[in-house]
Amino acid sequence: MSALLEVKGLTTTFPSERGPIPVVDDVSFTIGAGEVLALVGESGCGKSMTAFSLLRLVPKPGEIAHGAVLFQGRDLRSLSVPEMRHVRGHQISMIFQEPMTSLNPVQRVGGQVMEAITLHERVGKAAARDRALELFKKVGIPDARERLDAFPHQLSGGLKQRVMIAMALSTRPKLLIADEPTTALDVTIQAQILQLLRELQRDFGSSILLITHDLGVVNELADRIAVMYAGRVIETGLREEVLSAPRHPYTQGLLRSIPALAKRGERLNEIPGVVPRPSEWPAGCRFCTRCPRAFEPCPKRAPGPTQLSDTHVAYCHAVAAEPQA
Amino acid sequence: MAELLASHIASNVVVGLLLLGLFGLWRAVRKHRLWSESLRSVYRRRPIAVWICALYLLVGLSDSVAWVGGQQLGADTVSGHEPKTLLDRAFGDTKEKSYSAPLAGAEFYAKSALRHPGTHLLGTDILGRDVLFVTLKGVRIALLIGGLTSLIAIPLALLMGVLAGYFGKWIDDGVFFVVSVLQSMPSILLLIALITALPKSTLSVCVALAVTSWVGFCRLSRGETMKLRELDYVHAARALGVSEWRIIWRHILPNLTHLIVITFALTFSGLVLSEAVLAWLNIGVEGSWGQMIAQAKSELSREPVVWWNLTSAGSALFVLILAINLLGDAIRDVLDPRTARERQ
Repeated sequence: MSALLEVKGLTTTFPSERGPIPVVDDVSFTIGAGEVLALVGESGCGKSMTAFSLLRLVPKPGEIAHGAVLFQGRDLRSLSVPEMRHVRGHQISMIFQEPMTSLNPVQRVGGQVMEAITLHERVGKAAARDRALELFKKVGIPDARERLDAFPHQLSGGLKQRVMIAMALSTRPKLLIADEPTTALDVTIQAQILQLLRELQRDFGSSILLITHDLGVVNELADRIAVMYAGRVIETGLREEVLSAPRHPYTQGLLRSIPALAKRGERLNEIPGVVPRPSEWPAGCRFCTRCPRAFEPCPKRAPGPTQLSDTHVAYCHAVAAEPQA
Repeated sequence: MAELLASHIASNVVVGLLLLGLFGLWRAVRKHRLWSESLRSVYRRRPIAVWICALYLLVGLSDSVAWVGGQQLGADTVSGHEPKTLLDRAFGDTKEKSYSAPLAGAEFYAKSALRHPGTHLLGTDILGRDVLFVTLKGVRIALLIGGLTSLIAIPLALLMGVLAGYFGKWIDDGVFFVVSVLQSMPSILLLIALITALPKSTLSVCVALAVTSWVGFCRLSRGETMKLRELDYVHAARALGVSEWRIIWRHILPNLTHLIVITFALTFSGLVLSEAVLAWLNIGVEGSWGQMIAQAKSELSREPVVWWNLTSAGSALFVLILAINLLGDAIRDVLDPRTARERQ
């Protein structure tokens, strides 16, 4: 599979009194054409910042310190501001976490979708409206024609998220970044939205970078998984590899801590401790302060990759020390 | 003569444009459900204030449409060839020689008969002008001061505030330096200095008032823009590849509209009142209520008291300010998201 997006050693830093702090640290991954990669991790582990870094929309005073973001072979970091603006929305677009606040409250939703279309393509207003209508139907908005003229406050959360998806798909982007697309929605709507994303991904052939902390969502949608912890990718692999046979102690802990209905009455497993703040990240492995298998090299050296199969990689000293099958 | 002609033609054109603008606004509001609902809601809250404001506007407009010719007014030939407004024509020739009390048949001092006995509803002033007529002439001046000044001050404040709030950095520093400098000067002294320096005209007073009154709204719009800039839909727009200027135009400004409308209503009345203070200092606008009040203050010491001058100018001012303030509060109740959200 040829890589659509290749991220190499991406590091995004925020300045502090004690020098720049990398909130995204040496992150590398690839997304193939038509592939769904899930970026999984707890809140504050740098998932969203990674997404913003790809689009070069890191909020000030943060900045991308180094690394390369190759999109179809072109380094996005070397593009000029207008060129980058053309990539955003046109080739890479993004769905945000909060459908409630991601639409302009004083503009009709149809107008907002039309804006996304006319921004990147030379089409007339009527044609753009037709396209918006078509998209509304495609993302399953009932009474699409009337809803074009609705204001965001007249729509439910699920409908708003559908509008956001319509907007993101309006120019048939090659890569869709979905930043916690279902977090703000209730469970039945979540399932519908995931179903929709899967269908659209099939129809449009777009790749998706799915950012989430919800392993259920990952299991529904992802082809491959990259687990992030404290700004670093610690394990990557195919969905089955990571979910059924996780190797990194953090991934194992994460999977153990999913509440299961079958195990009612048992105490829920948890990973002891909390994610350290970026300014207190240890020098070696970031997880060493909470890791049950931490040993002598962990706090000193960052672990290198351990190839477990062609597709499965873990970054852990303990895993590296194990005899490989 | 040519100058006189030009000024009244310009005024007619402005009235025409204003009416066209109002009509356009009306149609735009009617098309937009949110706005037409708000408008109806404002009317439901303060119907009387709305009608009073409309009445003032009507009087102001009728005093702005002027043409030369028609009936010959005034004993002297010079004033007979001046352009007369609709209001002038409605009142016709009402000039007396001097003071007379409301509805009096004779003059205040000499007791000689008036030319139009019993017709001066509010009496006449020291120059023999009908006080009701002079008061109504003041409506246009008051609206001009409030409206024109707001039209200068609010766009200026909006431009500065939005640019400072959106782009930050050196633009913010620059704007805030200007704002701080202006705020550290006593505004009345600055006003006097500006009016003295500028050529004597209504426009100069408006400009001076605008310069001293844009700061507050500038702070407000800057703060609001800084808040909007960080909202998800602005981020979303940026992620869609919308340019910064387009974001300001499509996403920031429309979300400031309620603030603009509220500020317009609330500054308007403040500005009309400021002019009264300026008139007291003898640097006001010719023919304003402030000037009437300032001139009438010495007449209070006459025996018997000449009260009608002050009373009519004062009440005209009071009613307008009260109506606009009530309307402003109603508009704020309806449009301010903090109170509006609760009703939706």
